[in-house]
Amino acid sequence: MNALYQIFVEPFVFMGEAPDLLLQTIWEGFVSGILYALIALGFVLIFKASGVFNFAQGIMVVFAALTLVGFHAMGIPAIIALILAIGVMFLLALTVERVVLRPLVNQPDIILFMATFGITYFLIGLGEFIFGGEPKVMIADELYLPRGRTDLDVAGGFVSIQHIDLAAAVIAIVMIAVLGVFFSKTRIGRALRAVADSHKAALSVGISLNQIWVIVWFAAGIVALVTGIMWGARSDVSFALQIIALKALPVLILGGFTSIPGAIVGGLIIGIGEKIGEFYWGPLVGGGIETWLAYVIALLFLMFRPQGLFGEKIIERV
Amino acid sequence: MIYREAGQYKTSYAADMAVFPLRQDRIGIAVIIALAYSMAYFGTDFLLQAVLIPFLIFALAAIGLNLMVGYAGLLSLGTGGFMGVGAYACYKLMTAFPDVNVIVWVLMSGFFSAGIGVFFGLPSLRIKGFYLAVATLAAQFFLQWSFNRIPWLVNYNISGAIEAPLRTLFGTAIVGPTASANARYLVVLTLVIFLTWIASNIVHGRIGRQWMAIRDMDIAAELMGIKLLQAKLLSFAVSSYFCGVAGAMLVFFWLGGAEYNVFNINQSFLILFMVIIGGLGSLIGSFFGAALIFMMPIGLGIVLPAIFEPLGIRVGAETIEHLRFMILGALIIFFLIVEPHGLARLWQIAKQKLRVWPFPY
Repeated sequence: MNALYQIFVEPFVFMGEAPDLLLQTIWEGFVSGILYALIALGFVLIFKASGVFNFAQGIMVVFAALTLVGFHAMGIPAIIALILAIGVMFLLALTVERVVLRPLVNQPDIILFMATFGITYFLIGLGEFIFGGEPKVMIADELYLPRGRTDLDVAGGFVSIQHIDLAAAVIAIVMIAVLGVFFSKTRIGRALRAVADSHKAALSVGISLNQIWVIVWFAAGIVALVTGIMWGARSDVSFALQIIALKALPVLILGGFTSIPGAIVGGLIIGIGEKIGEFYWGPLVGGGIETWLAYVIALLFLMFRPQGLFGEKIIERV
Repeated sequence: MIYREAGQYKTSYAADMAVFPLRQDRIGIAVIIALAYSMAYFGTDFLLQAVLIPFLIFALAAIGLNLMVGYAGLLSLGTGGFMGVGAYACYKLMTAFPDVNVIVWVLMSGFFSAGIGVFFGLPSLRIKGFYLAVATLAAQFFLQWSFNRIPWLVNYNISGAIEAPLRTLFGTAIVGPTASANARYLVVLTLVIFLTWIASNIVHGRIGRQWMAIRDMDIAAELMGIKLLQAKLLSFAVSSYFCGVAGAMLVFFWLGGAEYNVFNINQSFLILFMVIIGGLGSLIGSFFGAALIFMMPIGLGIVLPAIFEPLGIRVGAETIEHLRFMILGALIIFFLIVEPHGLARLWQIAKQKLRVWPFPY
């Protein structure tokens, strides 16, 4: 009985007693949710257009951020370093398409998935080789990112909001809007969606698969760069970020592999869910449940909707 | 010339369905097994401890994963967790019943991970492909967390680690700090051969055919009267059993002790690499994959300094480490491009070529 009380009653009583704490937790969850969503967005872009489950998205985030910091450390002004980093991501997209994807076209999904593992290992090695393994400080000030925090008085207490988190949320929303317009209104966006629907049909109406793949990987690279800047500004730029990127996987299955809004909603559910779970229920079992709670939430959702919240309905025929 | 089936007639159904239908194959496998056993006497401690023992154990884990991914077509990323269950179950059993022979407990511990595997396999009826892979990550992270947070599992050991107590077989120490590499190698080799034989019988029999039918198209398999839930859960159970035994062996016959993060996500990925590089749906491929993935870093660690030092380039240990990562990544991509069906396919091609050698026309 006592255990049931602790699980089902006490946390809610606590929530009611300290609403400001609850709001703070939700805000924290919201922010980490946005960042998960950004990583998931990179996955979704590539999965949509090429059916490749790109495991390398996490390391791409780290690599992009490291490149940016690395260029700046060489004495290049921040804005130019940013442009150069975008250039590097373009080169990366070009190389990946030419060296990895093109020879592996038409192979089963799992082989392409493995190939992105290869890319991951290669980028880890390359990144550490060039930039060294120690954590770096993101050049947040030079990129005109705000810092400091605001304390809002609500519900008899206060909620403190870091400006950088606010900026992250705004940038994420802007980027998602831009991607949405890009996908639905532009010529390239329509080509991307055509490729996503069917490689063969897209080829037959004259869409170049290779070009599309470069564009998609480049777009995912830019998303990775933005994610890297935001994560980096919150903590620092290190290879540990790559592990955090695994958190984007439950976000993906929750939202559906092919849905951009799904990535966002999934990210928010996971982010808020795991922060609340950790804060209110974590102490009951000794804490640290953040590492797996996201997966269990996603698993529970999957039991009822196997294609995720917004994924395309899976129709199977014999 | 030497590898010909000419003159070897199959006169019964059993002979036709044999795992090794060719006499040369049977001789070859006998020679390999004999060589493997002789290594226990001729191999140096370094060779046994650093190369052969882990290679065999990883090969067993790869076989376990291959049963699921390669034969039943269920992608899993929870291997590390299942291996951990085997190791911790074995530790609990060993310390709770110290008088029973350790080999019994190593083999029993697999049943615990099989049970856990079935539990986490339950969603597999509803979800498949990458969705399932991510779902099995839940198992990986949850199990790893439990190893860390449940002190009962490590007998309330302050260090939070499990250590191999001294256990003997026929009066010789095979587990524990004083066990010699030779003794441990012999035990590992025997267990791996035994379990590989079992796995081979499973995949060649009714169960294996069910799995392959499900892998190729599950709806069609269901229409043919295969019970999907049972067959899929069975593949989770069998696969987790093998992984669990491999995990127990990893700790007690190789590492001698383990913390919770031995069974981390990288372990799962490593074994998946072995399966894919070796060849999906091939037992011999699991051995090839384990050999390549496990020995490549060791080989690179030896080869790279040998290349750089004569050139007068001083390279630090961490540079070697980074280069190893890069080369490993590049080689994975290279192997996938050259032969997406894995090393097992290369082996098959080589055997085909050998049949008509030296007169291909």
